[in-house]
Amino acid sequence: MQRFSALSLLGRALNGHRGWRPQWRRAAPRDAYDAVIIGGGGHGLGTAYYLASEHRLGRIAVLEKGWVGGGNTGRNTTIIRSNYLFDESAALYDHSLKLWEHLSQVLNYNVMLSQRGVMMLAHTVHDVQVIKRHVHANRANGVDNEWLSPSEAQQFCPPLNITDLRYPVLGAALQRRGGTARHDAVAWGYARAADALGVDIIENCEVTAIQRNAQGAVEALTTSRGVIRTPRVGVAAAGNTSVIMKMAGVRVPLESYPLQALVSEPVKPVFPCVVMSNTMHAYISQSDKGELVIGAGTDAYTSYTQRGGLHINAQALEAVCELFPIFRRLRMLRNWGGIVDLTPDRSPIIARTPVPGLYVNCGWGTGGFKATPGSAHVFAWTIARDEPHPINAPFTIERFRDGHLIDEAAAAAVAH
Amino acid sequence: MLLINCPYCGTRPELEFVYGGQAHVARPPDPSAVEAQPWAEFLYLRDNIRGVHAERWRHAHGCGRFFNALRDTTSDRFIATYLSGETAPATPAHDLKAAP
Repeated sequence: MQRFSALSLLGRALNGHRGWRPQWRRAAPRDAYDAVIIGGGGHGLGTAYYLASEHRLGRIAVLEKGWVGGGNTGRNTTIIRSNYLFDESAALYDHSLKLWEHLSQVLNYNVMLSQRGVMMLAHTVHDVQVIKRHVHANRANGVDNEWLSPSEAQQFCPPLNITDLRYPVLGAALQRRGGTARHDAVAWGYARAADALGVDIIENCEVTAIQRNAQGAVEALTTSRGVIRTPRVGVAAAGNTSVIMKMAGVRVPLESYPLQALVSEPVKPVFPCVVMSNTMHAYISQSDKGELVIGAGTDAYTSYTQRGGLHINAQALEAVCELFPIFRRLRMLRNWGGIVDLTPDRSPIIARTPVPGLYVNCGWGTGGFKATPGSAHVFAWTIARDEPHPINAPFTIERFRDGHLIDEAAAAAVAH
Repeated sequence: MLLINCPYCGTRPELEFVYGGQAHVARPPDPSAVEAQPWAEFLYLRDNIRGVHAERWRHAHGCGRFFNALRDTTSDRFIATYLSGETAPATPAHDLKAAP
């Protein structure tokens, strides 16, 4: 691996940027691996990285049916925060946020983490009560979060309109450690670091069947590039998880919905933080390129199309224009959709499955990006030791049977 | 925006409808006699099909009635709509090509 440093960048720059090599090998599948991860997004690549770096597992492969980071990792709005209500969620997302804070150094790859603060707006009395409850619960769990008055909110984010709108801003919660990161860099950084540890990253390789032995355990995968034998399979396939799990005869409580986002034309730095409004349903930040990154809602129906209705975007833009009148004349550059896998309680599943050797990391719904490092870290632990890390122990499939829901759906209602 | 053919009112824009999830999920006749696992399956497990999906819709801003539809979730194209209580019409093979 070519290490990056100020000196190496300067040296290459003076040399006309000649001599940079591809950052990971274009690996061809081998006959057998000790573990195979299905899904080459941030979660899957991160899992492979931690399997190799922390658990010293021998031969590891990541299979990706398209290209690395081409799914939801490259389609999200890059927001990072950990201000979730329940103890289990706060532990998981804050574990992730703590890993984010050192990720660039650990991977020797700049993931452009910017802890610019995530502000969640309250527009109704109910919002105020719910958000204050979140603030107190977070602080009790050691997660930073603070309550701002409307004028303090406007001070923190000057473009914010707090009075002249249908649902005036009654206050806000601010998590200062929250912010954004460069989504592609996370996938590339993990891919590069995993590759340096010998992980095979195999793109354009679609899994078509999961073969099991007489005991029912995972034995091999049939793929578009041949059969690969492996005793351990970790599934990190986001919206397509149901399709993969069906190959092993496992039903998972998931439904796949389109989630859309859009960006504006780039403008000079004008927006200092991340703002989310669950009631008006919009969230917005500004990328380092200058585009406003705007998150819309999910469509009403299940789908695998990676696109959705334009009225969903229009609704988000109406909310943005009302909250931030300065953006009313801004033009939108492009919009897109990704397929998110939602669980009934809107909390993820990171767990063993009834099939020995098969592990699943799914159900991240509309908010998986922020969890990438933490999710990958505890999923690797689960695969390597065949038992959950204490942090992901509550996030089982069986919680739906046993009634131990982690009901962030009821806690947050929408956007994650 | 999808155009949906309500069997009672005709084709209308998606905004008039509410999605009702997977169709033909039967509630156990005697819930208190059902074990935890099948009850969880009834409450939470859906097929989440990539391909032709039988689903419920309600024409909330029209007749207000529930009906069923077959839709290909790889293209969002509606293949048929039919009344609640009816069995799903057979789908032509070419519509199934994307289904795994």
